[in-house]
Amino acid sequence: MAFYIVQFLTGFASAASLFLAASGLSIIFGVTRIVNFAHGAFYMLGAYLAFTLTERFSGATGFWGGIIAAALIAAAIGVLVEMVLLRRIYHVPELFQLLATFGLTLMVEDLVVLIWGPSDLLGRRAPGFKGAVDFFGQNIPSYELFLIVLGPVVLLLLWLLFQRTRWGVLVRAATQDRDMVAALGVNQKWLFTSVFALGVFLAGLGGALQIPRDAVNHAMDLRVIVEIFVVVVIGGLGSIVGAFVAAVLVSELNAFGILIFPKISIILVFLVMAVVLIVRPWGLFGKQEARARRTPGLAVEVWRPLTSGERIAAVVAIILSAALPLVAGDYALNVGAEIAIFVIFAASLHFLMSAGGLASFGHAAYFGLGAYGVAFLAKLVGLPMIVSLLLGPLLGLLGAALFGFFAVQLSGVYFAMLTLAFAQIVWSIAFQWVALTGGDNGILGVWPERWAASPARFYWLSLFIAVLAVAALRIAVFSPFGFALRAVRDSPLRAEAIGIDGKAVQWTAFVIAGTFAAIAGALFAYLKGSVFPDNLGISLSVDALVMVLLGGVETVSGAIVGAIVYKALSIWLVSQTDLSKLVLGLFIVLIVVVFPKGIVGTMETIWRRRRVASTKPAVLAKGIETAE
Amino acid sequence: MSSSQTLLSVEGLSKSYGGVHAVRGVSFALRSGEILALIGPNGAGKSTCFDMLNGQSVPDSGRVNLLGKDTAGMRPRQIWRLGVGRTFQVTATFPTMTVRENVQVALLSYERKLFNLLASTARYGRREADRLLELVGMGGFAERACGELAYGDLKRLELAIALANRPRLLLMDEPTAGMAPRERVELMQLTARIARDHLIGVLFTEHDMDVVFEHADRILVLNRGTLIAEGRPEEVRRNPQVRAIYLGEGLVYDVRHREGFPP
Repeated sequence: MAFYIVQFLTGFASAASLFLAASGLSIIFGVTRIVNFAHGAFYMLGAYLAFTLTERFSGATGFWGGIIAAALIAAAIGVLVEMVLLRRIYHVPELFQLLATFGLTLMVEDLVVLIWGPSDLLGRRAPGFKGAVDFFGQNIPSYELFLIVLGPVVLLLLWLLFQRTRWGVLVRAATQDRDMVAALGVNQKWLFTSVFALGVFLAGLGGALQIPRDAVNHAMDLRVIVEIFVVVVIGGLGSIVGAFVAAVLVSELNAFGILIFPKISIILVFLVMAVVLIVRPWGLFGKQEARARRTPGLAVEVWRPLTSGERIAAVVAIILSAALPLVAGDYALNVGAEIAIFVIFAASLHFLMSAGGLASFGHAAYFGLGAYGVAFLAKLVGLPMIVSLLLGPLLGLLGAALFGFFAVQLSGVYFAMLTLAFAQIVWSIAFQWVALTGGDNGILGVWPERWAASPARFYWLSLFIAVLAVAALRIAVFSPFGFALRAVRDSPLRAEAIGIDGKAVQWTAFVIAGTFAAIAGALFAYLKGSVFPDNLGISLSVDALVMVLLGGVETVSGAIVGAIVYKALSIWLVSQTDLSKLVLGLFIVLIVVVFPKGIVGTMETIWRRRRVASTKPAVLAKGIETAE
Repeated sequence: MSSSQTLLSVEGLSKSYGGVHAVRGVSFALRSGEILALIGPNGAGKSTCFDMLNGQSVPDSGRVNLLGKDTAGMRPRQIWRLGVGRTFQVTATFPTMTVRENVQVALLSYERKLFNLLASTARYGRREADRLLELVGMGGFAERACGELAYGDLKRLELAIALANRPRLLLMDEPTAGMAPRERVELMQLTARIARDHLIGVLFTEHDMDVVFEHADRILVLNRGTLIAEGRPEEVRRNPQVRAIYLGEGLVYDVRHREGFPP
């Protein structure tokens, strides 16, 4: 019994940091409507800064002062980021905000390694809380008890701040209706900045307080942000009480999940999240948001099938690509095959994002499931390559059907957070279930058979499947189903009023997109000869998003160009610099701020503008729609 | 005569929100070919009533019988399948499609072909779509992007979409809101003509009393959630209770004409 109580208390202690970070995210979202992906990065910064400061200054004041100072420095950096970057993107669609703040996260990851080095750092223990308390023969570190008390205290302080101060009233007012607050003469700029500072301070503090418990490392940001997302999805975005309750719930589930499913404890959290989403789609304490800002893709341009001239151009491009083995060496052909595979992957996400208006932040899950599906069939069952290639993607289809069912119940940022959390769950399973997946060591030796083994042949195979996949997705876009999907995206109200079952349509689209991603993953497994958990990791999901954005979300097939340019660029970049994340992050931020229509979108706009200028001066070429 | 068939009958419809009775015991009936207006001051319960009829919300009590089926608790898309077309107060159309495609999607849905992944949509139902667009006077706009249309044209497009499932009943929430006076008259004349030609029943809410008294066959007046008057326009106009509610608002129409109000 005592053991279970200790386990319970440990869970409660873990909840403290999680609550601090999650409430910060919630507060920022409430006012600015930005889901700050970089929140995990600020949490990590808080931890690293606290490590340095507490090492530098000794004694109790040194330690506690260091913790507070670390959070304050993180907040100051947050203010800088808000003023330089976020103020430019408050009006853009939420997808771009998520991506820009993700770009920040990537930059911070490289900067942290640059400053503090790549290895784990062990922090000092807290002065005054070094011992342990005996509890019926079980030891509880006294620092845990401190954290258990701290959580509710912070909750109370936040409550007082929002209920009893003038600033708190303004924040609550802005959470309800920021336009009205602005109309009443409140300086919005500084309100936003101060809210962001508070949110980041809480994240930094959460990170700093973790150092006596956990090692500090440069991968903790993603782990934390996923946990935060799970917490706010369960608790309800924008609710501080919800953040507290959900943080406790998730931490307890983790603490006890280890006892029940030692290998895959994360399953328990997933099950609870699924139940909450079915019963209360907006979280335990959340309220349904007013219709989210429109996702890009809602400019007035009408999509049309290719003209005959464009069709000829596409055929010529395919023939030229097929001729590549005549001039290129093995390395180039390998790169070519990889690009073809990523064209499939990007096109599948693009289908979901452009026609469906659903920005999945966890699309790599289905890519990776396809890869693992092939690896299981080829290595464990020993099926021939062609059969594995055909059946392997079914694992991705099943995954997409399962997760997609829950994901399409939500929209906008909730959809993005949920898909990300699902992907992370799949990743954890692949990582933790060593007996089946080999864990971090992956599954090796998934080589193509003789008929497809040479680089030229594998390139042709990949190109062939890529052409088929892109053509199939294009046909789907212009099929009745594609129109139904766009109808649901354009106007859910009208779609329902003409008899369209929006959720069923979106679910089907999710399964289609997931299956095509799985086909790409299946090919990828054979290309690399191995499968690793990274094949379903967050960074791969974001790669896909960047490819889509780079090509242009508003286009029908921009992702093809986006995938080719991005993949070629990043393969080249990795060979040139160790700071590829820094450059990539900067690149993402730049796309969002200065180049939001992507390559194909921008080209179309220029072309259209010229055509219009030659006939009549019109206002056709619009920027990205910004509702609000 | 088949024109006197009852399409919609509502009995004792009630709904309250947190103790406030938004709608209390409302009963009425609508026949095919009839144009029925639902009016009342702000907060009278018009929208609540409308939402319960079109499936947006579920009544606390009471019955809605639509074309012989009890529809209380049905989803909007199920009610649509029974043969109910809808237009919205703020138009809801598909801005990234052409005008014709907007109607085609509704036609495809009507024929349950929306899960077809392989066919090309372009040629599907083209003639029927063009016929409907012609009917609402949008024949020349078929190729235009819906997002570029003027508001009045969007309203007419919505009407064409609403007619795609060959409805027996049209539910129109403030059909002329946000339109210029001349457009209002045109749209309502068009609606009335279509309703009479095809024996479609029309139920609409409206703030513009000119439109209501000009075009409705019968008028229902709601106040604070209850039905206080029902009848032909001239009867309702004479009703003292209605006058009391509308004094200084809608019935200025009447006063103006009789007592020579300054223009």
